[in-house]
Amino acid sequence: MTLPLGKPIRLTVLSDPAHLPLVRCMVERVCEMAGFDAAGAHRIMLSVDEAMTNIIRHAYDGDTHQPIDVEFSIEAHDDGCECLRIRLRDYGRREDPARIRSRDLQDVRPGGLGVHIIKECMDSVQYEPAEGGGTALTLMKSIPGKEQMTS
Amino acid sequence: MSGHTPPVQDIRWIGATAVVDLAGDIDLNASSSLQQQLLRSLDRGPERVVINLARVGYMDSSGVATLVKLLSRTRKLGVELLLARMNDRVRSIFEITRLDSVFRIVATEEEALG
Repeated sequence: MTLPLGKPIRLTVLSDPAHLPLVRCMVERVCEMAGFDAAGAHRIMLSVDEAMTNIIRHAYDGDTHQPIDVEFSIEAHDDGCECLRIRLRDYGRREDPARIRSRDLQDVRPGGLGVHIIKECMDSVQYEPAEGGGTALTLMKSIPGKEQMTS
Repeated sequence: MSGHTPPVQDIRWIGATAVVDLAGDIDLNASSSLQQQLLRSLDRGPERVVINLARVGYMDSSGVATLVKLLSRTRKLGVELLLARMNDRVRSIFEITRLDSVFRIVATEEEALG
C-alpha cells in the first residue's frame, strides 16, 4: 500500500505528551507507506516528535488540552521529485521564526536540541504565522528513489 | 510502544556500581519522572553508574537532556557514567546531536563493569 498523491491525511490531536506515542506510530507508518526505509522513517518520526514537543512546551506552555493539526501529503514537483510533506499547525503563542534556531552543539547542556534535530533530519523546515493565529510548521523530505524520476 | 511504562525499572548494585535498568519510550511524557528517579541512583554514593538502555525503544531530546543533566551531576561528584546496550534507534539521536562523543557508550553491561 502506498500513499496517493493529492490526498492529504489529516488528524487533530491534543497537546498532551501522553498522545505522543500514538502520533509517532502514525508518522512511522505513513513514512513506510510513502517509501522510506526504517532508518529514514525513524528520523522523520523524531523530527515530528520534537516539533510536537516544542509546540506543547512553548506555544501552549504545557497546556495539555489544546489542538495540534497534523497533515501528511505527497507532493510531486515538476522535476519528477516526490516529497513527503508534513504540516503541523498550532493555535498558541507565536515565536518569531528568526528566533527559532539550532544552538551550538559544542555547548554541552540540557535542552535546545529539538530544532537542531528537526533541521538535521528534514530537507526543508519552514515556520510561518498561521491565518487566524498560531504557527504552521511545514517539514519536507524527498522520498528515496523518487528524487528525480524524469530526465 | 510503551509510553506509560515507568522509565526506571530497577536499580541494581554490583559492588560500588549502580546499574539502572530503563524501559519504554523516553520522551516528554517520561522524562520528568525519569530525572528524579535517576538521581536516586546517586543516593548511596556509587563510584560508577551504568544506564542499561536495552529495553528502551525510543528516546527524544528531552530524554537526552535528562541524561545530560545526570552527566553534569556525576562529573561534579567524580562518579563515572556509562550508557550501555542502546539500540540503533536510540544511538541515532546521540549521533545527530553529536553527544555520542560526550557520553561513554558501551555495547554490553559486562563491558561497562569491566
